[in-house]
Amino acid sequence: MALGFFNRLKEGLSRSTQKLGTNLAAAFTHRRLDDAALEELEELLIGADLGPAVAERVIESFRRTRFGNEVTDRDVREALSAEIARVLEPVAIPFVPDPALKPHVVLVVGVNGTGKTTTIGKMALQYGREGLKPILVAGDTFRAAAVEQLQVWGERTGVPVISGPPNADAAGLAFNAFRKARSENADLLLIDTAGRLHNKGALMEELAKIIRVLRKFDETAPHSVILVLDATTGQNAVEQVRVFKELVDVTGLVVTKLDGSARGGIVVSLAETFKLPLHAVGVGEKAEDLRPFSASEFARGLVGDTVRLAGSLQPEE
Amino acid sequence: MFDALSGKLTGVFDKLRTRGALSEADVMEAMREVRLAMLDADVALPVVKEFTTKVRERAVGHEVLDSISPGQAVAKIVNDALIDALGGAGAVPLNLNAAAPIPILMVGLQGSGKTTTSGKIALRLQTREKRRVLLASLDVQRPAAQLQLQQLGERAKVASLPIVPGQSPVEIARRAMETGRREGFDVVILDTAGRLSIDEALMQEVREIRAATSPAETLLVVDAMTGQDAVNTAKHFNDAVGVTGIVMTRMDGDARGGAALSMRAITGAPIKLTGSGEKLEALEEFHPERVAGRILGLGDLAGLVEKASETLDQEETEKLALKMMRGKFDLDDYAAQIRQISKLGSIGGILDMLPGMGKLKEQIGDKDLDTSILKRHTAIISSMTKAERRTPDIIKASRKKRIAAGSGSSVQEVNRLLKQFDDMSTMMKRINKLGAKGLMRHGMSALMPKGMPPGRPQ
Repeated sequence: MALGFFNRLKEGLSRSTQKLGTNLAAAFTHRRLDDAALEELEELLIGADLGPAVAERVIESFRRTRFGNEVTDRDVREALSAEIARVLEPVAIPFVPDPALKPHVVLVVGVNGTGKTTTIGKMALQYGREGLKPILVAGDTFRAAAVEQLQVWGERTGVPVISGPPNADAAGLAFNAFRKARSENADLLLIDTAGRLHNKGALMEELAKIIRVLRKFDETAPHSVILVLDATTGQNAVEQVRVFKELVDVTGLVVTKLDGSARGGIVVSLAETFKLPLHAVGVGEKAEDLRPFSASEFARGLVGDTVRLAGSLQPEE
Repeated sequence: MFDALSGKLTGVFDKLRTRGALSEADVMEAMREVRLAMLDADVALPVVKEFTTKVRERAVGHEVLDSISPGQAVAKIVNDALIDALGGAGAVPLNLNAAAPIPILMVGLQGSGKTTTSGKIALRLQTREKRRVLLASLDVQRPAAQLQLQQLGERAKVASLPIVPGQSPVEIARRAMETGRREGFDVVILDTAGRLSIDEALMQEVREIRAATSPAETLLVVDAMTGQDAVNTAKHFNDAVGVTGIVMTRMDGDARGGAALSMRAITGAPIKLTGSGEKLEALEEFHPERVAGRILGLGDLAGLVEKASETLDQEETEKLALKMMRGKFDLDDYAAQIRQISKLGSIGGILDMLPGMGKLKEQIGDKDLDTSILKRHTAIISSMTKAERRTPDIIKASRKKRIAAGSGSSVQEVNRLLKQFDDMSTMMKRINKLGAKGLMRHGMSALMPKGMPPGRPQ
């Protein structure tokens, strides 16, 4: 499994980022770093969804240190991947369930279609394999067949799924499930929720209610609130994190669909702005494709495969 | 949707407008800001470049720099270029010119909203165009995806193809078309599994489905929140299966709408429909000129009037209007009006369509624009007696207490409702005084009590 692990992650990431790599190579095989070149580089970064602020800072540090120099794409890649890794390193914190909690309650939230249910299915499999006892809660009582979707994951992974009737109150369901999980001595309670756009006040209030109700049973719950983000999302991801964090105290992120053509540069900007732990990335549809996030792998993947990480090239502060 | 982009662009043009004459440098500076605003809104880079180049070329021409109000002239050029980028004026309808059963193929990334959109299109074709629609899910990848479409079909009262486990997507597609022919359906909607545009095996599968069914429409479903990757996705899908139309989903989010601006330019295919909510009715036509208007803060009155005439009960509306004119508007009428307004969708959505309301909306904030307040008002009113509804003036302390208890609200909330009703009556008197013409001339700001911010300066 160890071999498959890195290859899959690398494959997913490099596919997702090879475009930026090729663009860089084309733009910077030995040329003078003048205004035109800097502008081009800035556009490449913006094109990778890095966000204008990050792009501008990288460009400025280049301007200060090497304006007018001859540079190769290799220089650019090394400096860029060092910079990205530096930003991401502090947030690469895997999710570790606390075995003392019995159960560690995790509320999984996000906008529609980011992959919440799939992520829960993958987590159930992983922690089940580690010998923990997870229980899943089909808290998306709104979308058609969402409950059945989670139940299929339950069958696949051999993990019990607690569900209610369609359109049932998600907060009540979560409360009952929590009580049951505690009485059954479960290690992990993964609560799925309906996807909701963060700008819908009433729907966000529903999420806050789930948390209030959980706390009636145990004040410390939920122990984690994981926001699932789609890697193809652009600058709007910043808004999503901001609002969810404000209203339901998000404790960590999972970024899905990093195996596509999306370059996931928004991750960098999120790490800078919110400093929330980035627990895992989804790089495929199989249960094994949920991977702990590695800053250096990601940074290397983002700027191309051939470069060694050169710590000495960190930009001046 | 579009709020942030709209705000930034109006800022740029407001600045230009205050100048008497414009130099080429002024225009260049403005275009730099436009470029940044668009990139911030996730408009694809190549599209931004083309857009700003086009506008710059036209804007530094003589007719602008020599015109009496150059700022206005530049704004007009940008408006025209926006409409262009969005695909030219006028909505493009679904192409249903084919022999029945007409296949419509839905494709897109995972989680873009294909299945929900399939249900929405089915409902729309069945109720508006009186077509018999068959829904068929070819998604054998995601657990319970077929069940999801079946349940959506039940909600929309649209037929769906019976689920046969173990069939391949191509087999299901063939069976759907056969069923469509045999049972006399007009349209067959083929909902496919979400796939990454770089997944060669799955893209090959869509090609086979297309070959087996030759769809009249191949609709690419795109999330409005998509970032720069929109370019790659659209390009790959278009190259592989030939997209004939785009459906943008989650237009009710607060994404800045860049993907919408990029799509047409990249695929050459028009945006045909937009989804803006979880209700099955929340599917709208896409009018580039109106969206351009919204981006530039000019509002979309045509769209609002159209939406109102579609959703509102004509007779009841006229009755209400008559009562308003005569000044005989009571709480029963207010409740009736609330019912009508709720049908129009979110208040924020309505405000978006009114000229000059963007800034007002910012000040109110999104939270207060929740339609749940309408529900609470309905509850409070239904806890009143007939006499109270007819003459709200008789509602004093003890009645308020009773009403609050009956409706599960508080006396404060009852007070707030009465105050709001009072304000409304005052506003109506003002409307009557102004008349329709006055309203058109002064816009919504004529109705606001003094001290409220005016709309965009004329």
